[in-house]
Amino acid sequence: MGKTKSLTGVLLTAAMLAVAGCSGGGAASGETAAAPADPNEVSGEIKVLTHRTDLVQNGALKRYAAEFNKVYPKVKVEFEGITDYEGEVKIRMNTKAYGDVLMIPAAVSKSDYPKFFAPLGPTAELAAKYRFSDKTEVAGKVYGIAQFGTANGFVYNKAVWKKAGITQWPRTPQEFLAALKAIEGRTDAVPYYTNFKDGWPLVQWTSNVGSVTCDAKATDELAGPVSPWKAGGELHTIDTLVHDIVKQGLIEKDPTTTNWERSKAMLAGGEIATMMLGSWSITQMQGAAKEAGGSPADIGFMPFPAQKDGKFCATLVSDYQQAVSAHSGNKPAARAWIDWFTDKSGYSEREGAVPAVKSAPMPATLKDFADNDVSFVERSEARTALVNDIDNAAEIGLNKPDYRQKLIDTARGAQDGSLQNFFADLNKRWDEAARTAGS
Amino acid sequence: MTDTPLPSSRTTPAVAAATPSTVRAGKRSNGSSGSSGSSGSSGSSGTGRTTGKSARARSWRDSPLRRATPWFFLAAPLALLITFTYVPVVSMIIYSFTDWDGVSPDREFTGVDNYVQIFTRPELFRVFFVSGYYLAASVLQIGVALYFATVLSFNLRFRNFFKGVLFFPYLINGVAIGFVFLYFFQDGGTLDSLLAWFGVSTEHAWLGDPTSANTSLAGVSVWRFTGLNFVLFLGAIQSVPGELYEAAQMDGAGKWQQFRHIIAPSIKPVLSLSVILAISGSLSVFEIPYIMTGGATGTSTFVIQTVKLAFQFNKTGLASAAAVVLLAIILLITWVQRRLVPDDKVDLV
Repeated sequence: MGKTKSLTGVLLTAAMLAVAGCSGGGAASGETAAAPADPNEVSGEIKVLTHRTDLVQNGALKRYAAEFNKVYPKVKVEFEGITDYEGEVKIRMNTKAYGDVLMIPAAVSKSDYPKFFAPLGPTAELAAKYRFSDKTEVAGKVYGIAQFGTANGFVYNKAVWKKAGITQWPRTPQEFLAALKAIEGRTDAVPYYTNFKDGWPLVQWTSNVGSVTCDAKATDELAGPVSPWKAGGELHTIDTLVHDIVKQGLIEKDPTTTNWERSKAMLAGGEIATMMLGSWSITQMQGAAKEAGGSPADIGFMPFPAQKDGKFCATLVSDYQQAVSAHSGNKPAARAWIDWFTDKSGYSEREGAVPAVKSAPMPATLKDFADNDVSFVERSEARTALVNDIDNAAEIGLNKPDYRQKLIDTARGAQDGSLQNFFADLNKRWDEAARTAGS
Repeated sequence: MTDTPLPSSRTTPAVAAATPSTVRAGKRSNGSSGSSGSSGSSGSSGTGRTTGKSARARSWRDSPLRRATPWFFLAAPLALLITFTYVPVVSMIIYSFTDWDGVSPDREFTGVDNYVQIFTRPELFRVFFVSGYYLAASVLQIGVALYFATVLSFNLRFRNFFKGVLFFPYLINGVAIGFVFLYFFQDGGTLDSLLAWFGVSTEHAWLGDPTSANTSLAGVSVWRFTGLNFVLFLGAIQSVPGELYEAAQMDGAGKWQQFRHIIAPSIKPVLSLSVILAISGSLSVFEIPYIMTGGATGTSTFVIQTVKLAFQFNKTGLASAAAVVLLAIILLITWVQRRLVPDDKVDLV
C-alpha cells in the first residue's frame, strides 16, 4: 500500500512539474526590432514561419530568399511551411521557439502582442508608409506589417451574367437578387454558390462591413452593446442579402456537400455565376479558367450591391501581418526580411493583391474597380481587439462560419426559426457580451 | 460506435473471463509463490525462483536492484503514459478553473465559474440529443455484429474472407472515412447512383436537414465500428469449448437454442463491455461529423461544441470544464451500468 502511495506522489509531482514547466514563455524585453543601417553588417540565420506551403514546395519562397541575399548577403533565410498554420502556431507560442519572423495568428489577443512580438517602431512613422498598421498597434507601437491587403466583393463569371442580360453592376440588394433570378431563368448556371460545407468562404461576407455605408469606422462602431443586426446596420443588410439569396433558392442544390477546389473550376467554366470572395481569389479563378481552357477575361469582380451618393465602396482588409518574435535571436535580420519582403519583393503584385505600401499602385486585378470609380475604404482597426473580445464572449463568430451556416439553414428551412428571431437572438447575445466584456 | 479504440490489454481479461474456470485456476497456482514485487514482476521473477539455488541467488533476490527491475521495464510505458495521458488530464483540470484563452501567457483563476456557466446554460447540453442518433445506431451495430459473429463462428465457406470484409472498415483512418462518405452522400454521389441502379431516383440531399444528416452520419459510424464489435464477439464466442456445441447438438438443440443457452451467456461480459463502450462512444462522437459537416445543420455533438469553444472562441478554460464534465458523465454512466449489470463470472461447465 505504501508503495502505491509513494508512486502516486511521484506521478503527481511529475505532473505538477510538467505543468509548471509548460506555463509562461517569459517576459519580452520590448526592444525594437530595427532594420540594420548597413546590409553587410547583419549576419546569421532566420526562420520564417508561413502558411503558404504551396510557395515553400514550388520553391517560390527560395527564389525570394535568393533575391533577398543579393542585398543582405550574410543572412540565411529558412522557411517553415505549416499547413494548419493557426492551430499549430498558436500552440507553439507557449514556447519560445516560434521562428524569427511569423504571421500573427488570429487567436493572439491584441493586448498580448508586446509579450510575443518585438515592436517594429512608433505608429506615426509606420502608418505614414504602410496601410493597415493600426491593426497591430498597441500603445503607440506597431507590432506587425501586413503582407498585403484585399478588396472585397463578388467574383463572377462575366459571360454568364451577360448571357442573362445583365451588363451593369446591381446597385441595391434588390437589384442583386433580381440579377440572380435572371441568371437562374436564362442560364444553366448556379446563380450563387455558398461554399457552405467548407465554411470559411461564408466568413468573407463579414469583410463587407464598411462597404455598405462607406464607413471606415464601421468595425469600430461594433465595439459596444449596439445590436449590430438592428435594421439599418451593416450586418443586417449583409445577412439579409445572404438570407434572401438562399430563401429564393438561388443557390446550389445541396449546400452541405460543396467543394471549394471544384467551385473554382465551376465558376471559371460558367457552371457557377457568382461567389462572395476577396480580390485575392481573382488570380486563382483566372488560373482555373486557363486550366479549363476558358478565358481568364471572363472572371469579373464587382462590389457589394450598395451605394452611397451614387458611388460604390469596397473595404480593404489586411491579410496576415508579419511580425518579429520577441524571442528572436536575430531581430535586425528578421526586420530586414520583413521590410524587404513588403517593399521590394514584388510579392503582393504577383498575388494580384492590394500592396501594404501606400505609395505602390493598385493591382491589375482591381482594374474594373478603378475604371468604375469604386472608392476604397481602408477600414479602421483601432477597436478590433474589443470587437473580437465581444464576439468571442458572445460565441457568435463574425469571422467564423457557424452562425452564417445556421442562417443559411434557417433560410432554406432545414432549421426552424425566422430571420427576425435569428437577428434578435444575435443582437441579444452581442449586447449581453458587450456589457460583460466591455467592463 | 466508440471513438476511443479499445486497448487490447483490456479485452484480454474480459475474454479470459469467458474461459472455463479450471484453466484460470491452473494459471493462478503457477504464480502464487509469494513473490514480493507487484503483479508486473511475476514474469521476470520466474527464472530466479528455481529451488536449490546458491546464496548468491538468494541475495540477488533480496537486493534492491532486483526489486527495481520491473520498474526499469515499466519506465518507458509509464513515461509515455504520464506524458501523454496524466499530465494533459491534470493540466486540463487546472485550465478548467481559469479563464485562459489558449495562447496568452497570463491566466486568472476564476474558481468554479466555468462549471457554473456550463450548468446554467441549457443550450450547451442540448447537443446531447444528437447522441441519441448514435445511441440508436449502436444498438443496430451491436445487433449486426452479434449476428455475423455468431454465423461466422460456425464452419462456413469463405469464412475468413467475410471476417476480413467485416473488420476492414475499422482499420481505415477516420479522416479518410469522413472524406469518402462525403462523396458518398453528395448530390449525384455514390449513394444516389447506387439507388438509381435499383430504379429509385432520389432528389434527397442526404446531409441537408438535421434528421437525415444525423441518420446518415450515424450510419457511417455503424459502418465503421461494426467490425470492432464483431471481432470482440467473435473472440469471445471462439473461446467457448467446442464440446459444448457437440453435447448440445446431441441433445437435439438447434442453432437458435445453441445461441440462446451457450453463446449468449458465455459472451455476456464482452457484451456488457460493448454496451459501455457504445454509450460512452455515443456521447463523445467527434471525427465523423466534424469532418463531414463541421457540426453544421444540427449535427454538432458535445465534443465538437467543446472544440469550437476552445479553438474558435478562445475559451480554453470553459472548454476544459466541458471536457471534465463529459468525462464525469461517462464515468458516472459506466459506474451505474456496472452496478446494474455486475460483471459476474461465467461458468458454463
